Amino acid sequence: MSTPTPPLPRWADLILLPIINLFAAFFICGLIVLAIGENPIEALGVMIKGAFVYSGGLGYTLFYTTNYVFTGLAVALAFHCKMFNIGGEGQALIGGLGAALASFSLGVYLPAPLAIPLAVLGAFIAGGIWGVIPGYLQAKRGSHIVITTIMFNFLAASLMVYLLAGPMLEAGQQSPQTAKLAESTLLPKMADMLRPLGFDITSSPLNASFLIALGAMAVFYVLVWHTRLGFNIRSVGQNQEAAHYAGINVARTIIITMAISGGFAGLLATNEILGFNHKVVLNFTAGYGFTGIAVALMGRNHPIGIFLAALLFGALTQGGGELDFEFQSITREMVLLIQGMIILFSGALAYMFNPPLARMIAKFVAPKDPANG
Amino acid sequence: MNTALELKNVSKSFGLVKANKNINLAVEAGSIHGIIGENGAGKSTLMNIIYGMHRADSGEIHFGGQKVDVRSSADAIEHGIGMVHQHFMLVPTFTVLENVMLGTEGGLMLRDGRGAALERLLHLSETYNLQVDPHALVSDLNVGQRQRVEIIKALKGGAKVLILDEPTGVLTPQEADQLFEILKVLRDDGVSVLLITHKLSEIMDITDTVSIMRQGEMVGHRKTSETSPQELAELMVGREVLLEVDRKPAKPAEVRFSAKNLGYTNAQGVVELEDINFEVRSGEILGVAGVSGNGQTQLMETLAGMRHLTSGSLNILGTEVTAADQTDPRIIRDLGVGHIPEDRHTHGLVLNFEARENMILGFQDTELAGSGKLFDYKTIQQNCEDKMAHYDVRPPNPRLNAKNFSGGNQQKIVIAREFSANPGVLLVGQPTRGVDVGAIEFIHKQLLELRDAGCAILLVSVELDEIMSLSDRIMVLCGGQNVGIIDSADADRQTLGLMMAGQRQEAAA
Repeated sequence: MSTPTPPLPRWADLILLPIINLFAAFFICGLIVLAIGENPIEALGVMIKGAFVYSGGLGYTLFYTTNYVFTGLAVALAFHCKMFNIGGEGQALIGGLGAALASFSLGVYLPAPLAIPLAVLGAFIAGGIWGVIPGYLQAKRGSHIVITTIMFNFLAASLMVYLLAGPMLEAGQQSPQTAKLAESTLLPKMADMLRPLGFDITSSPLNASFLIALGAMAVFYVLVWHTRLGFNIRSVGQNQEAAHYAGINVARTIIITMAISGGFAGLLATNEILGFNHKVVLNFTAGYGFTGIAVALMGRNHPIGIFLAALLFGALTQGGGELDFEFQSITREMVLLIQGMIILFSGALAYMFNPPLARMIAKFVAPKDPANG
Repeated sequence: MNTALELKNVSKSFGLVKANKNINLAVEAGSIHGIIGENGAGKSTLMNIIYGMHRADSGEIHFGGQKVDVRSSADAIEHGIGMVHQHFMLVPTFTVLENVMLGTEGGLMLRDGRGAALERLLHLSETYNLQVDPHALVSDLNVGQRQRVEIIKALKGGAKVLILDEPTGVLTPQEADQLFEILKVLRDDGVSVLLITHKLSEIMDITDTVSIMRQGEMVGHRKTSETSPQELAELMVGREVLLEVDRKPAKPAEVRFSAKNLGYTNAQGVVELEDINFEVRSGEILGVAGVSGNGQTQLMETLAGMRHLTSGSLNILGTEVTAADQTDPRIIRDLGVGHIPEDRHTHGLVLNFEARENMILGFQDTELAGSGKLFDYKTIQQNCEDKMAHYDVRPPNPRLNAKNFSGGNQQKIVIAREFSANPGVLLVGQPTRGVDVGAIEFIHKQLLELRDAGCAILLVSVELDEIMSLSDRIMVLCGGQNVGIIDSADADRQTLGLMMAGQRQEAAA
């Protein structure tokens, strides 16, 4: 306690520390794998091969990555405004509804170049609406965003069950799902898009919404750091009082932020619904909204970081499935454990290794003061 | 006289920064010893070494003639050293008594410890005139009373040396006077008081001896009776300093800013401002004096649009603003009003933003952020570099976060931003709070330059000296009401003091 920790250099904070955290998480998981009688090195090999090497593995990994990018961006944008948006799950579900409504109502009459943007917009707007209501309640009524977004997750889930089992149920269908969406609103698979260009890759669920995710990252970056709105968002997030002093309308900024944040989450539907399922099914969000919190946290609320974190979680999801397949004693729950460890070390304990690391670097970088021997 | 505390060649470095270099210091028993120096001179580091929060790299600490090794604050307390920190360390939801007994609760059950603590508390508050209700909640106490609780806490272990770090920063002049009375009683009882401050007037008023620090070194020890504020200031800053403001007579022109029957009632229905009337002309400074908490903050924030006036009207450069208008800071700014807020950390700056971002805070919609739809960081960088050079902000690094600048330089960032917009009307709150002597001189000079350029300035400050030396006319607030406006030529401490206590000035112009 006597000596304050020297500050960590930027490169170490951004690159070295996350890697050390990751290693710590994998190390603990390795011990657990060892404890149940498997070889952790072998298991890691299987996971990496499953995620990146096996035919189609990379496609699946990037497919999952796309989901995590959308929800990660949603959480991160709200974070910049100091709003804790836990409602990514619900916003994504309603995004699916928006995409479906756009598809069923207008998509059927329009050609793909018009219908696809419309359906994507439908997902964005619907997710945004589900985000803007808690935003409004927070900004104008002081209802805590964490509480309201959690409640809106339940509302969204219930609403979807009602719609999918009732008004939107496909005729003659037993399981709760809609009919197939209009053909013109479906996103092409990446494999099909690349084939005419001469790249022959194994078909996987990876589809054009991966490009939408990359676009969303760029939009996020420009919005947050290069626009006046982004400046307002960050000001409100860092110091509401100062933002008010500076003439920024705090309530309006919070509402707009939550609208866009919800919109990003809603875009998850472009991948799962427009790109893969081609109809709205129950619970297609599968927890991506929640994991988005970890992705944003690990990615330090920056699109590049979010992409890397999303890639990691995507690889874990895909490689974990492989692990389950290859090893008798390792189940899917093992993957959840690894995810949990990563969240624990990169999120909750993100700065645990900071003091020792900083001291070590300080020793190497700063020469010893000659005056003090 | 015997020496209560002595430091010999104490040095302390943080990385490459030498915070304290070979410090020698001797404090006599039963004296008030001042330590003065600019922000960052190493005063706090030195006190933290004495109190065991930091360990010196080299050097010795002697206490009561014996060499001691202070490894922690617990050690320091055991040796009879007590400290009152600049920021109070009290639990607001506990009573005074509970705060005092914190750390010395006694056994498993609170009863025994409580009885002993109460006895000690009553004894201390009687002996040293530290009046405070032991059973009051700390959250219900005002700042001066909280400080007394801190002093009792520091003294409860039988401290022979009491360290006070910038104790008057948060106090009204009256509260400060009360504190000084208490310190004198302590001194007469044989306690040595170490008073850390950067206010010259306090040193002159209360201390017996004074040590001056500059850039980590002790640059002098003086008997207070044998020195002058001028000498102390020069030792602190290392060059000649103009303590008196050189103010030419104002040439007031047209009225630019006026309030008529202005009132503000808060959401709880408490009337905080009532029937305020004033006008400020181009080329003059209207000072607002008053004991802190008599409506100055509300006045500034209402004028700046951060609160809605609830009655009366304002006229800002020809535009009439009434309660029905629901003003906000954007509207007021766009009318041409600049605002240096009273609290730069809460309002003036976003501490986690870079200096260059803070330099456009409030102007993010103007050309300063670039002429297009997107931010132009080249323009933003250039804007910041120019202003930093012109207002001598150090270090001149636009990419450094605001929180990493010293208090004086943070204030210069706010001032650079608001002054360079060339406002027609300027609201200035506590422009030199927590700012060191060198920067105060600079800020005062800039304010007068702006006045002479025709700006209408309204200045709020708790430093009466500042109000008197800068203002052309002085308005006094008491209980949210305007007691009167007098010409600063007619103003002396006596008159203003009476007005601040609510006595109306019949002869006021």
